[in-house]
Amino acid sequence: MPLLQRVAETSRRAVPFVLDGRPCEALEGDTILTALLTNGEQLRRSEFSGQPRAGFCLMGACQDCWVRLEDGRRLRACSNFIEPGMHVVTGAQPGAQP
Amino acid sequence: MTDAPVHPPIIVGAGPAGVRAAETLVAAGLRPLVIDEAARWGGQIYRQPPEGFQRPKRALYGFEAGKADALHRAMADILPAVDYRPRSLVWNVENSALDVARDGRSETVPFSHLILAPGATDRVLPFPGWTTPGVFTLGGSQVALKFQGCAVGSRVLFLGTGPLLYLVAYQYAKAGATVAGVLDTSGFADQARAVPGMLRDPATFAKGVYYVGWLRAHGVPVHSGVRPVRIEGADRVEALVWRRNGREQRTACDAVAFGLGLRPETQLADLAGCRFRFDAMDRAWVPERSAAGRTSVAGVYVAGDSAGIAGADAAEMAGERAALALLEDLGRPVDSTRAALLEQNLAASARFRRALTDAFPFPTDWAAAVPDDTPVCRCEEVSAGTLRKAARDGEAAEINRLKALTRVGMGRCQGRMCGAAAAEILSQALGTGPDAVGRLRGQPPVKPLPFSAGILDKEAAP
Repeated sequence: MPLLQRVAETSRRAVPFVLDGRPCEALEGDTILTALLTNGEQLRRSEFSGQPRAGFCLMGACQDCWVRLEDGRRLRACSNFIEPGMHVVTGAQPGAQP
Repeated sequence: MTDAPVHPPIIVGAGPAGVRAAETLVAAGLRPLVIDEAARWGGQIYRQPPEGFQRPKRALYGFEAGKADALHRAMADILPAVDYRPRSLVWNVENSALDVARDGRSETVPFSHLILAPGATDRVLPFPGWTTPGVFTLGGSQVALKFQGCAVGSRVLFLGTGPLLYLVAYQYAKAGATVAGVLDTSGFADQARAVPGMLRDPATFAKGVYYVGWLRAHGVPVHSGVRPVRIEGADRVEALVWRRNGREQRTACDAVAFGLGLRPETQLADLAGCRFRFDAMDRAWVPERSAAGRTSVAGVYVAGDSAGIAGADAAEMAGERAALALLEDLGRPVDSTRAALLEQNLAASARFRRALTDAFPFPTDWAAAVPDDTPVCRCEEVSAGTLRKAARDGEAAEINRLKALTRVGMGRCQGRMCGAAAAEILSQALGTGPDAVGRLRGQPPVKPLPFSAGILDKEAAP
C-alpha cells in the first residue's frame, strides 16, 4: 500500500510518469515526493545502511528525499514538482531499471 | 528626503516576517528584493497550495484563515513594487553579498541592508526506528495535508509536544484521516502549571483547549507524559511502542507525525557574521538582536522564528519592526509610536511564549535515555553511542570537534535534524549544559545545490 493517502484535491489532471520502469500516474501539482509515495513506499535507500527512506521534513531542510532521474539529474523530491514523462529511479525494487 | 540606497534592501524569506517587512519598506517608497525558496509566498505556516488547488482557506488554515488570507493579500498587493524571486536559495553570505541559486544558475547579489527571515523547522530528538519510512516531522505532516491534500498515512499517530501537535492532529481528523492517537511528551502537571501564563493570550489558549476537547470527544486517545520506545516495522511503520508511568504500550499505525517544538534557521545570520547567544527557552543558539531586530552587524536584521521561536503573529510584528529599523538606519522618517507599540506587543508575546515553554517543556531526560545504537544523524547515520564514546574518551568537548571526529552534523542537512540532539548527548556525557558545548558553525552552501554545469559560473547582478 502506498505511504501517502490522498484525502482532498483529487480532481486534478493526471500526470503520467515512470517509477523504476513502471508506468504510474500522479496529479498535476504533486511534488515528486507525493507522486512517488502515493505510488510506493519509499524514495531511496541510505548510502550507508541500505535502509529505505521516504523523506522526513517535507520542507527542504532534512535533505532526506533526494531522488535520481534516469537522465542523471538529482532532485529534492519535496520541493520539485512531477512533470509528465519523468523517469524516476529509487532503487527500491530489486529488479529496478538502472 | 534622503537619497535612495545604492542597493535595494534584501529580505530573505516570504513568510509572515518577510512579507510584513516588505510591505513596510514598500510603504516607505523602497523597492525591496524578496528572495524565497518556495514557489509561492506565505512561509510554512501560511504555505499556499500550488496553482489550481481548490480547497478554501478556511479548510487549509482553520481559525487562522483570516490571518493567512490577509498575509497572502498583503504580498499580492505589493508585488508590482517588489523584486520578488521565488524558488531561489540564498546559499552563502560573504563580503556584503548573497549567493543566490535559481534554476541551476547562481548569482551574486550585493547588499547594504539585509533582513533575514528564513523561519524555522521542527525540532526532533531521535528514537529507535525514527528513520523508518512513515515517520515524518509534525510540520512536514501538516505540509503534506495543506500543500498536497495528502495524509502521511492511513492511520497516523501524533507524537511530541507543543501546540502544533494538537492542531495538526485536529486538522488531520477534520480532513477525514484516521488519527491513531496523540502522545504528548510533556506532562499534565506541566500544562496545569502553565495555565496562568497562557491566559495572557486567552484566544490562543482557548483554541488549544478546543483542539484537545474536540479530539477527545471524537474518540482519539490523548496521553501526556509519554516517551517513545521504538518503531516496529522494518521497511515501513507498523506500530509505535511507547512508555508512560513505567508501563510499555503499543499503538498500531502506519505513520508517525513527530515534533518537539521548533528550531530556528540561523545559518545565514551566522555566515553574515552576526554574534550569537544561547537562548535558554529555545535551548538553541540564536543571533543576538535588539528589540527592533538589529543584529551585531550593521545593516543586518533578523525577524521571525529564525531569530528565536515566537510564532506567526510575533513574526508579522517583528518583520514590520525590523523594516522600520532599517528605514531609521537609512535616515528615513518612521512612525516612532508604531515602532514602540510593536516592541511592546512583541514583549507581551515573548511572555506568552515563556508560558508555552512551561506547558510543553523540552524532554531533558532524552540524552541519557536514548539507546547507543540509535542513529542520531540521518544523513551520515552516526549513532548515539558513537557520540557518547567520543565525549567519554575526552576527545570532544565542543560540538564542532565532535563533528570533525564523528561526522555528526556534516551531512547534507548540516545538522538541521541532528544538531540539537548531538549537543544534548555531548553535554549530558560531559555533565554540562547544552550552552557549554558551543554551536555548529554554518557552512556555505547552507543547503546542497543541485548539480549543474553553470551553478558556479557566478553572474554579477546588474
